[in-house]
Amino acid sequence: MADILTSELYSADSSQAPLLVLPDVTIMPAAPAARVSLRCRETGLALAAKAFGTPIPQTPLTAETAANRAAFWLGPDEWMLVAPESQLAAILSDLETHLDAVPHSVVDISHRQDAVLVSGPRAGWLLNTGVPIDLHESAFAVGTVTRTLFHKTPIMLWRTGPDSFVVEAWGSFMDYVTGLLVQSAEELKAA
Amino acid sequence: MSQPFRIEKGGRIDRAASLSFTFDGERLSGHAGDTLASALLANGIHLVGRSFKYHRPRGILTAGSEEPNALVGICRKGDQTPNLRATQVEVYEGLETVSQNRFPSRGFDVGAVNDLLSPLFPAGFYYKTFMWPKAFWDRVYEPVIRAAAGLGNPPKNPDHDTYGNLYAHCDVLVIGSGPAGLAAALAAADSGARVILCDEQAEFGGSLLTETAATIDGTAPAQWVADTLEKLSANGNVTLLPRTTAFGYFAQNFVALAQRITDHVSEPDPRLPRERLWQVRAREVVIAAGAIERPMVFPENDRPGIMLAEAGRTYLNRYGVKVGHNVLVATACDTAWQAAFDLADHGVTIAAIADVRENPPEALQSIAKARGIRVEKGCVVTGTTGRKRISAALLGRLRGNGVAAAGEVACDALLMSGGWTPTVSLYSQSRGKVVWNESLGTFVPGQSVQNERSAGACLGIYGLNAALEDGYAAGENAAKAAIGRSGTVSRAQAHGADAGEGGILGALPHDRDPSKVKAFVDYQNDVTAKDVKLAVREGMHSIEHIKRYTTTGMATDQGRLSNLNALDIASKALDKPVTDVGLTTFRQPYTPTTFGIFANISRGDFFDPVRKTPSHDFVAGQDAAFEDVGQWKRAWYLPKDGEDMHQAVARECETVRKSAGLFDASTLGKIEVVGPDAAEFLERMYTNPWKKLAPGRCRYGLLLNDAGFIIDDGVVGRLAEDRFHVTTTTGGAAHVFATMEDYLQTEWPDLDVWITSITEQYAVCAVQGPKARDIIAPFVEGIDLSADAFPHMSVGSGTFCGVPCRLFRISFTGELGFEVNVPRRHGKMVWDKLAKAVAEQEGVIYGTETMHVLRADKGYIIVGQETDGTVTPDDVGMNWAIGKNKADFVGKRGLARPDLVAGGRKQLVGLLTKDPKVVLEEGAQVTKLANPPAGTPAEGHVTSAYHSPAMGRSIALALVKDGRRLTGETLNIPMPNGAIPVEVVEPFFYDKEGARLNG
Repeated sequence: MADILTSELYSADSSQAPLLVLPDVTIMPAAPAARVSLRCRETGLALAAKAFGTPIPQTPLTAETAANRAAFWLGPDEWMLVAPESQLAAILSDLETHLDAVPHSVVDISHRQDAVLVSGPRAGWLLNTGVPIDLHESAFAVGTVTRTLFHKTPIMLWRTGPDSFVVEAWGSFMDYVTGLLVQSAEELKAA
Repeated sequence: MSQPFRIEKGGRIDRAASLSFTFDGERLSGHAGDTLASALLANGIHLVGRSFKYHRPRGILTAGSEEPNALVGICRKGDQTPNLRATQVEVYEGLETVSQNRFPSRGFDVGAVNDLLSPLFPAGFYYKTFMWPKAFWDRVYEPVIRAAAGLGNPPKNPDHDTYGNLYAHCDVLVIGSGPAGLAAALAAADSGARVILCDEQAEFGGSLLTETAATIDGTAPAQWVADTLEKLSANGNVTLLPRTTAFGYFAQNFVALAQRITDHVSEPDPRLPRERLWQVRAREVVIAAGAIERPMVFPENDRPGIMLAEAGRTYLNRYGVKVGHNVLVATACDTAWQAAFDLADHGVTIAAIADVRENPPEALQSIAKARGIRVEKGCVVTGTTGRKRISAALLGRLRGNGVAAAGEVACDALLMSGGWTPTVSLYSQSRGKVVWNESLGTFVPGQSVQNERSAGACLGIYGLNAALEDGYAAGENAAKAAIGRSGTVSRAQAHGADAGEGGILGALPHDRDPSKVKAFVDYQNDVTAKDVKLAVREGMHSIEHIKRYTTTGMATDQGRLSNLNALDIASKALDKPVTDVGLTTFRQPYTPTTFGIFANISRGDFFDPVRKTPSHDFVAGQDAAFEDVGQWKRAWYLPKDGEDMHQAVARECETVRKSAGLFDASTLGKIEVVGPDAAEFLERMYTNPWKKLAPGRCRYGLLLNDAGFIIDDGVVGRLAEDRFHVTTTTGGAAHVFATMEDYLQTEWPDLDVWITSITEQYAVCAVQGPKARDIIAPFVEGIDLSADAFPHMSVGSGTFCGVPCRLFRISFTGELGFEVNVPRRHGKMVWDKLAKAVAEQEGVIYGTETMHVLRADKGYIIVGQETDGTVTPDDVGMNWAIGKNKADFVGKRGLARPDLVAGGRKQLVGLLTKDPKVVLEEGAQVTKLANPPAGTPAEGHVTSAYHSPAMGRSIALALVKDGRRLTGETLNIPMPNGAIPVEVVEPFFYDKEGARLNG
């Protein structure tokens, strides 16, 4: 299910060339999206859910998705909400309207980070060349989302399928992330 | 190309695959499956190098990674990798190897004169010999020692290989694949646990690959290995890593593995990494590192041809190589007898078995008798002869406290065994404390400190069946501890290869002149039994002191071969039990590990993230020089038509003040502070007051640490009652954010405010100069830019080139200035438009150097340049930034500390050189006198110094003791070419009234 949802939310950016295409793993830049950082206390959760159209996840490392929506748990009072780029203004204003009565922070971070889609049977292996956490499906099941490190850079990682991941990094770090991923995949070309 | 010492058949080498390699230029042949050591031995070569200190001829002592003697250089891709152990180097077609520490050749080595001069080089000779005359140290001793030290030659070129990294997790990590390791892996895998099995050797199996005198479930041990590996590889939860050394056991079951990927391949695919670092986090670890045999410490025990007994057996059974034609076996334990029997069964003459013990087991004696092998009981080796290879050994019979000569035995190889030493290195690295086992006469692992267990021989459990049993149990227990269940694997039964008895420690007695003979304890460092005794006589009573004085145990095996013998010698010399003398600590790495695997991907462009701004490609295309600011690449200056830096910066400065300049300020840290308590939060963080700042207005903010010292600054704009846009310095962005988050989470969790980094949400183009408004006006919609509606220190939201924009009217140049914040991905488009507009107004694109000069004209400080973590707001004349009526802010109490309010602090001043053309050096000291006597403390130092085009002269800022009181006085800047006189002035130079920036 997650796979289907993300194909709308996170799609390959048709204006950019793939970064890596191998039989066992590909890396595609994702198209821009609306990203909103939501911070609030428990009092705001139901209101935010109503405004955004998905429940606001309260279990660590989880995401809630609906058509064209994903809400990622990133911390006890921190979520990232993702939607198609064109809906940014509407989402910001809906959130502000619904949350008006409770303390909250809604900040547009659509441009702060970029995403790439890493997929294929060796995607998890390739990510683990720089991601220190356990990406075995028993430990990092489909749907899991987390902030972590890729070598020296913070990233956000969301598993959208057994062999597919969304990797987000701040814009200026993306060259480092994708450059190292491509370099580390070099050995997969060897016979 | 013949291999005279290769047996007709048997062994695990691939006889069909004949490989050609060279050693010191000599072309030799071996087989796939050979190590360099086994291939050299097959060719009858025992002499492989010279020892470290005495340059004595040395041969191959072991068949494993603990090898102390056979260190060789491997030539590959035009370079040489030194000090590889021939016992680990796998032979491939075309392998080129060289011996080390010999000149001109390993057969004739002039350094061998050291052996004759050895009375001059006792333990600790460095400390005694090179003490005087003092002047000789730099000119004579150190150069000579440096030239003589070390073994191989370091590589000369940058590393041409790549190295991989992989983070891995497992339920059970099994280290070592001998009987215990394989059984543990089987048992753990059977439970469904995720298992990683690694072994430092090319093939899994450990001692089972050598064992031919036993069966497991009725089959040969090697066959059981093959069957077991088939089962393990069929299990998707098992990762098998041969050629992989577990070299470091760190906290929380974090184990580092070094996997060798291409070193054994003749023509490796260049896309493969040479090695891979596995950073493994294991729930449970089974250490099955086995045991290694101990050398016997008898005189001249280091000649080529002298080898550990089990190594001799390994070369025979695993590699199909006889270590000699006429072999003497000297032992203190049962296991070496099997080596003699195996060799005899392959037609090798056994000159004798000399056993230290008076009564070796009858069973062994009868087997020897059946094979017609001479047995000498209660007998030790007291010396050997032979120049480049052993030719005979002297035997001595133990008589009470002495030894009686018992004749000479001719031999071309000597296999020895002083017993077995469990390999406790990794256990020790895991912070476990070893305990002395009296019956085994060795140290074994004690209590586990981490989630690990040792199994088999490394725990002191010897004998094939016992090791298997222990391995199964360890694997089951590990799985149970890791995942809460264990499997039901059927346990194989072994027959044969029993534990055996015996073993001895320390120097063996002999009838030779003790002052003339050398009995080696640590082969690699040339430490003899005599050296250890000397160290004790000279007052070294702790094993740690003895180790450092003699260097015993400091070889690449970290004393795995030598420690127990050295310990026994020391304990007898001290007349204390070994447990009171102690054992030195084993440290990471287990065996030498390449620098490459540690540097790994952190090389070249990936040494650290390189962060680029939206204007990067544009200014790069204009030949900008770049400056590293943290991880950012920032344009430093943009030279035109062959300008040097000075000319370019002067032009940029003049143009900004005359018309306008465009500057990429995207790297500045940006934090959006939102919530009903946003103003209260900033009130507490910054020195300044915020509550009365109206939306749409900006204020310069100063951030202190608890001690009252300046740590950051920046402009803060209030976007709405509950929303602020905070900027920080480029380098301070991450730290400021973390500090704010820290205070929010730990001190003020009650505040309804949240911070979000928006550094990379916005690209920032600064347009500065008298024409700045004219330049941006055509692009701006929704903001009235007139001076009245949008004065200096304003912020507004609108659109810029049609995209959303936060526009700041602020200035770090002293000119009319705007900073255009647009969503990052629009940054390039906006920059390009502005660059064109700026050019049309005859403006300029400027870099960080010009920004520095322009702000210095105005006396604006840069945190980290005018401040160094010990500077208060008052020191830099910024008490105006402190909210006098505020109840508290971070650093308020710090500022009241007596030393911060006392007189005599260094204060920010301006300095003008008497000669306006002279630009001071930043960091230069400031003194009162032109030629102060040596030892005079400086009055302060220069923090910033530039040529200022606006002032038409040099300017400088400095921190000077009581500086503000010295205005108008002359101070000096002492330099190598004489002091530079300077006049103290107020720390601002240009447009003091601010007419320009309010324009």
